[in-house]
Amino acid sequence: MRQAIQAAEAVGAGTPPLLSIESVSVELPTRRGPLRAVDGVSLSLAAGRTLGIVGESGSGKTMLSRAVAQLLPASACLSGRVRFDGQDLTALSPQALRRLRGRAFAFVFQDPMTSLNPVLTVGGQITETLKEHLGLDGAAAVRRAIELLAQVGIPNPEQRLKQYPHQFSGGMRQRVAIAIALSCEPKLLIADEPTTALDVTVQAQILDLLAREQRRRHMAMILITHDLAVVAGRTDAVAVMYAGRVVERAPTRTLFRAMRMPYTRALIAAIPKLDAPPHTPLPAISGLPPDPTRPSPGCAFAPRCASADAQCRKAAPPLKAVDVGAHQFACWHPLAGAP
Amino acid sequence: MSVREADLATPTDEALAWLASLPVNFWLALAWIAVIILAASLADALPLPSPTDMDMLAQRQAPSAAHWLGTDRLGRDMLARLIYGARISLTVGVLAPLIGLMIGGLLGIVAGYVRGALETAIVATADVLLAFPPLVLALAVTAYLGPTLANLTYIIGLLGIPAFTRVARAQTLAFANREFVLAARAMGATELRILWRELLPNVMLPLLAFFLLAVAITIVVEGALSFLGVGVPPPAPSWGSMIAEGRESLEIAPQIAFLPAVTMFLTVLSFNVVGDTLRLVTDPRQGTL
Repeated sequence: MRQAIQAAEAVGAGTPPLLSIESVSVELPTRRGPLRAVDGVSLSLAAGRTLGIVGESGSGKTMLSRAVAQLLPASACLSGRVRFDGQDLTALSPQALRRLRGRAFAFVFQDPMTSLNPVLTVGGQITETLKEHLGLDGAAAVRRAIELLAQVGIPNPEQRLKQYPHQFSGGMRQRVAIAIALSCEPKLLIADEPTTALDVTVQAQILDLLAREQRRRHMAMILITHDLAVVAGRTDAVAVMYAGRVVERAPTRTLFRAMRMPYTRALIAAIPKLDAPPHTPLPAISGLPPDPTRPSPGCAFAPRCASADAQCRKAAPPLKAVDVGAHQFACWHPLAGAP
Repeated sequence: MSVREADLATPTDEALAWLASLPVNFWLALAWIAVIILAASLADALPLPSPTDMDMLAQRQAPSAAHWLGTDRLGRDMLARLIYGARISLTVGVLAPLIGLMIGGLLGIVAGYVRGALETAIVATADVLLAFPPLVLALAVTAYLGPTLANLTYIIGLLGIPAFTRVARAQTLAFANREFVLAARAMGATELRILWRELLPNVMLPLLAFFLLAVAITIVVEGALSFLGVGVPPPAPSWGSMIAEGRESLEIAPQIAFLPAVTMFLTVLSFNVVGDTLRLVTDPRQGTL
């Protein structure tokens, strides 16, 4: 049984995981006391696969992604281990980490308005990394930058290279950010809400672009979002986070066929439906997420959960599989499984 | 979707449109600064009488063909003295803020980026320097070390450092938390590269605008020191000392004090206008990004 779970943990069973996050916790000091942004999260991801991390604002998904790349704020306290390609990232020197960044893993951030430097040309920003990491000379770096811009679907790459970020639209800027992230052929791409700041029409294009480049390069991807609809068709597995913990984790199909955690269902229910009649009230999740500086002994979702009882308030449910090894959830009163 | 963007103006077109959008007073101010700088740098080649040759028979003359702007109390040519005076005012006015810009700017960026004990030390030192009455310090130093052009420049430059440090630090604090710094770090950029390539170009724009304002202030400070008699020693002309000398014949020939005062006023105003315009132009661009 245990082996079955471990094999299933690596999304894409059979291959050893490219990335494994082992009981990672992140604590941030605040004026109100230590804030547990990430609380004992374990996840793994095989090469070429996609993991979706879903959760509302403040659920710790961004902090988790920063912990993977060891890019946490200086004051943050990280425990647990992050293994990438056989190396323990938490034990590496800053120099070794810097060499890995960009080449082993790269980031695409939420807001392309702020993730590009406003006073440097787009070309300058792409070639900078190429020169530093791949040791290309000026002309070769420019050729490669033009290639990259063309690959991410930017017309007239030669001219666009000389322009500044404010001369690009939001979607185009995110394409540039993706080109920069892909420039050193990373094995893992961490996309932190890559479409949240974009128009709905552009969102699908950017997600398609990410999926295409991922297939082409056989790159693993972590797709972080608060939108379950984004992960539905584009990930191999999904982890749902709440208050710093993974509360449900399953292959994407399994999850959407039968979610077991009431929080996941509430998230789905909160997506507006196009075919609903006008003025249908949206079943929003009532209440607020718990205060992360004052953790409760019980289930963090209990105060907002319809099926919570005394047990839920007393003890936090462990994340475990009940019937099928691949589907794990942390709930004392799970919803009915698949028929 | 991409058609509209492909039609976008090229960088040179956009730069031209940007230049055309600048207001008239900006161009007038720029022209005045250009005239003063040209005259001061070409003074030796211009057909001017010596600024220090006295003519006791032609004291306090009104403008004439021989002396376009008249003569002063000792019969020296006013135009020549104004132009040679511009050399001193501009040398001190530009070099002293340059010292502040380079040293203060560097300290401010480092303080804003590195934080911690180093930041505390830099800010505390800057505060001490700011709290010291500047004119008293300048008077003390020039009286002690001698009122040479170099000493004058160093002391005014030193006094300007804390202001530049503060501006640079505030800007760096604002930019260091922007996502592009995190993005650069996520791509494996070294700290030095983040400072040099990501932060410096962003901090430089407001610093340059502040530099032009500092030039204007410095010209006034140099004038004040010369007026008080601790500037560049006579007979070398400086706008401040010319006003001081003209004061003595204010009732008979007010133009002797008035001309250097107007020249200084126009020059200071011009640097202020240019600095303000550049700050206005660069600020919204920052804001929209």
